[in-house]
Amino acid sequence: MRLLEYQAKKLFSDYNIKIPKGLTSKDIDQARKDVKELGFPFVIKAQVPVGGRGKAGAILKCHNQDEFELKYPQILEMSVKGEKVRAILLEKMVEYKKELYLSLFLNRGKRCYTIIASSDGGVEIESVKNQVIREVGLGNVEKEVAEDVAKEIGLEGNSIPDFVDLLQKLSKLTIEKEAELAEINPVAVLNDASLLALDGKVITDDNSNFRHAELTKFLERTELEERAEKSGFSLIELDGDIAVVGNGAGLVMSTLDMLSDNGGKPACFLDVGGGATEESVYEALILISKMNKVKGILVNLFGGIVRTTTVASAFIKAYKNKLIDQTVYARLKGAEAEKSKEMLKNTQTELFDSVEEAINAAVIGVRKNA
Amino acid sequence: MPNIYEILRGTPNDSDYNKKPVIVQGITGNYGSYHTKRMIEYGTNIAAGVTPGKGGKKLENVPIYNTVKEAVDATGSKISIMFVPAKFFLGAAKEALEAGIKLLIAIPEHVPVRDTLQTLEIAKKNDAIVIGPNTPGVIIPDVIKLGIMPASPFKPGNIVVLSKSGTLLYEISYNLSEAGFGQSLTLGIGGDPINGTRLIDAFDMIKDDPKLAGIVIVGEIGGDAEETLAQRVIDTKFNKPIVAYIAGRAAPKEKRMGHAGAIVYGNYGSAESKVNMFNKANIPVAKRPTELPMLLAGKLG
Repeated sequence: MRLLEYQAKKLFSDYNIKIPKGLTSKDIDQARKDVKELGFPFVIKAQVPVGGRGKAGAILKCHNQDEFELKYPQILEMSVKGEKVRAILLEKMVEYKKELYLSLFLNRGKRCYTIIASSDGGVEIESVKNQVIREVGLGNVEKEVAEDVAKEIGLEGNSIPDFVDLLQKLSKLTIEKEAELAEINPVAVLNDASLLALDGKVITDDNSNFRHAELTKFLERTELEERAEKSGFSLIELDGDIAVVGNGAGLVMSTLDMLSDNGGKPACFLDVGGGATEESVYEALILISKMNKVKGILVNLFGGIVRTTTVASAFIKAYKNKLIDQTVYARLKGAEAEKSKEMLKNTQTELFDSVEEAINAAVIGVRKNA
Repeated sequence: MPNIYEILRGTPNDSDYNKKPVIVQGITGNYGSYHTKRMIEYGTNIAAGVTPGKGGKKLENVPIYNTVKEAVDATGSKISIMFVPAKFFLGAAKEALEAGIKLLIAIPEHVPVRDTLQTLEIAKKNDAIVIGPNTPGVIIPDVIKLGIMPASPFKPGNIVVLSKSGTLLYEISYNLSEAGFGQSLTLGIGGDPINGTRLIDAFDMIKDDPKLAGIVIVGEIGGDAEETLAQRVIDTKFNKPIVAYIAGRAAPKEKRMGHAGAIVYGNYGSAESKVNMFNKANIPVAKRPTELPMLLAGKLG
C-alpha cells in the first residue's frame, strides 16, 4: 500500500514523530470548519499517491479566507500525473532554516534495510545531493549508527539527539508496519534546531495486509480495482485509449512497452494471472467495458496449457451481450489457434500470429476511429 | 554453495540418477494436485505428498503423509515443491527445511516479505536453496519439471534461461526452442521483492558448467538484481554469451506492475538503470522478446 501523506503522518504521530498541525478534508464544508480551528496562514496540500505535487501546483500557500475559497476547490478538482486528488490536507505553515532528506528502505539485493540521509532535502530523491547511505540489517537502527549518520550530514547541537530519536522511531515504524519504504522529505530543521516531518511517504508490503487491519482502513480503491482484486487480477489504470490485457505480469509489461514504442497509449495494465480461462477473460472484458476512454482492446495471451478456443468464446460472448463494441486486437498463442480464427471470423476481433502485428493493427485502428 | 544440477539430477553413479525423488507440499489442493499430475506426466519422480490430516491417503498412487519429516524418512527426498497458501508459507517452509529438504521450490504468490526473509535465514542455517516465492519453478527439459510451467515451450540443449517472470519465461523459451536453442536449465527467480535465489545466485550455480553455451536473462523493473548480476559478470570476466531482456520500460513509477517486486522508486529499479549496467557488461538487451534468439545467435557467432 502506498499511504497518502496524511495517512503516513497519522502513523508518524502514532510513533511520536513530530509533524505540523494539520487537518484533512474531502469537501469544502468540512474544510471551512478546519480553517477555523487551524487559523491562517496554512498550506493546502493535495493528497495523491504520486510525487511532484509542488511542480504540478497541487501545494499552495494560503493567507486568508478569499484565497482559501479560490484555491481549495481548484486543488480538489486537480489530477496530478493522472491521479485524482483523494483529499486535501490543510497544514499550519512552519518557519524553518533547513530541509533534510531521510528514508529507510528495504534493500532487496542485500536483504536488509538501508538508510538514505542528506543535508539537501526537499527535492525528489533522484536529485538529492550528498546522499549518506547505510545498510543496517533487519532490526532497529542502533543509536550509534543514527548518531554517525546525523554527524555525517552535518547536523550540530540539539539537532543530533533529535535526529537519532527521529530515525529510531522511523525504524520502529518501518519494521512493525512491514514497510518497503518510509520517507520523510523534507525533515525541517526549525529555528530552535529541533526536527519536524514536513512530508511523509510510506509504502507497505501489500502481501502483509492481512496482519495490519490498522492500515487497511486507509486503503482507497476504486470499484474497478476492488473487482479486479477479487478476481485475482492486477489492474492499473493509465492515461491512454488502448486497454492492454494479458496473462502474467511480465508478459503484460512487455506488451505495454512494445505498444508505447509504437506510439500507442495504454489505457490500462490488466494481468489476469498466469492461467487464462473463458471466465477470467470475460471478467477482464467486463472491467474494460467500465472504462470510458477505451477505444481498442489489445490482448496478448501465451497459452501453453490454455486452449485459445476458450478465450475466443469469451470474446464472442462479450459482443453478443453488448458488453463491448470496440475492436479486440488479439494474439493468442496456444492450442487450436486456427479454429479460434474461424470462430471469430464474423466478429470485431482480429487475430494475429505475433504480438507485434496485433500492436500495429491496434495503433492504426484506434487512430482511424479517433 | 550446494550444486543445483547435482540436487536435481544426482550423479551418473546414483541408482536414481535423473529420477531424484520429490515431495509435494500441499498435494491435495486444487492447484497442487493438478500440477502434481502434470509433473508426473513429464517424468518427474513425485515420491510423496504432504497434507496435514490427509496422511495415509494417496493421489495418483503417490503416498500422502501428515508431515514433511515422515515423507522425507520414507523417501529420502531432498527436494520439495510447495503449493501451500501464502499465509501458511513460513510454517510449511520451516518444516521442510528442518526436515532436511535441500531444495525448496516455493510456488505461492503473495507471501509477505518478512516471512520470506525469515525462511531464508532458516535455509541459510540448513545449507539449503530456496527458489521463489512466486516462481513458476525450474525445468531441465526432458529430465525433470519442478513447477507450474507448460511443458511444450522447453527443449533440451545448452542454454540457460533465468527469468523473473513466468509467462515471459515460457514465451522466450518457446522462441529459443523454435530457433534451435534448447535449454539445459530454465529457472524462474520469481516476481517478489525478495528472491530465495537471486539472479546472481542462479548465475553462480550454473556459470561453471562446461556444457553451458550461453545465458538468457529475462529481467523486469524493480530492485537491483540485474545490476548486481551485470557487475558479477564483469568481475568474474565471464566470457560465454549472455543476452537479456527487461520488461517494464513504459511502466509508471511507484506503481506495482502485477508482481509485488515490479516497482520503481526514483531510479531504484528503473529499466534505464538495468539496461545501462548490462551495456557496461557487454550484454546486449533486446527491445522485444522475439529479438532474443537473434541476439543470442549473433553472440554465439
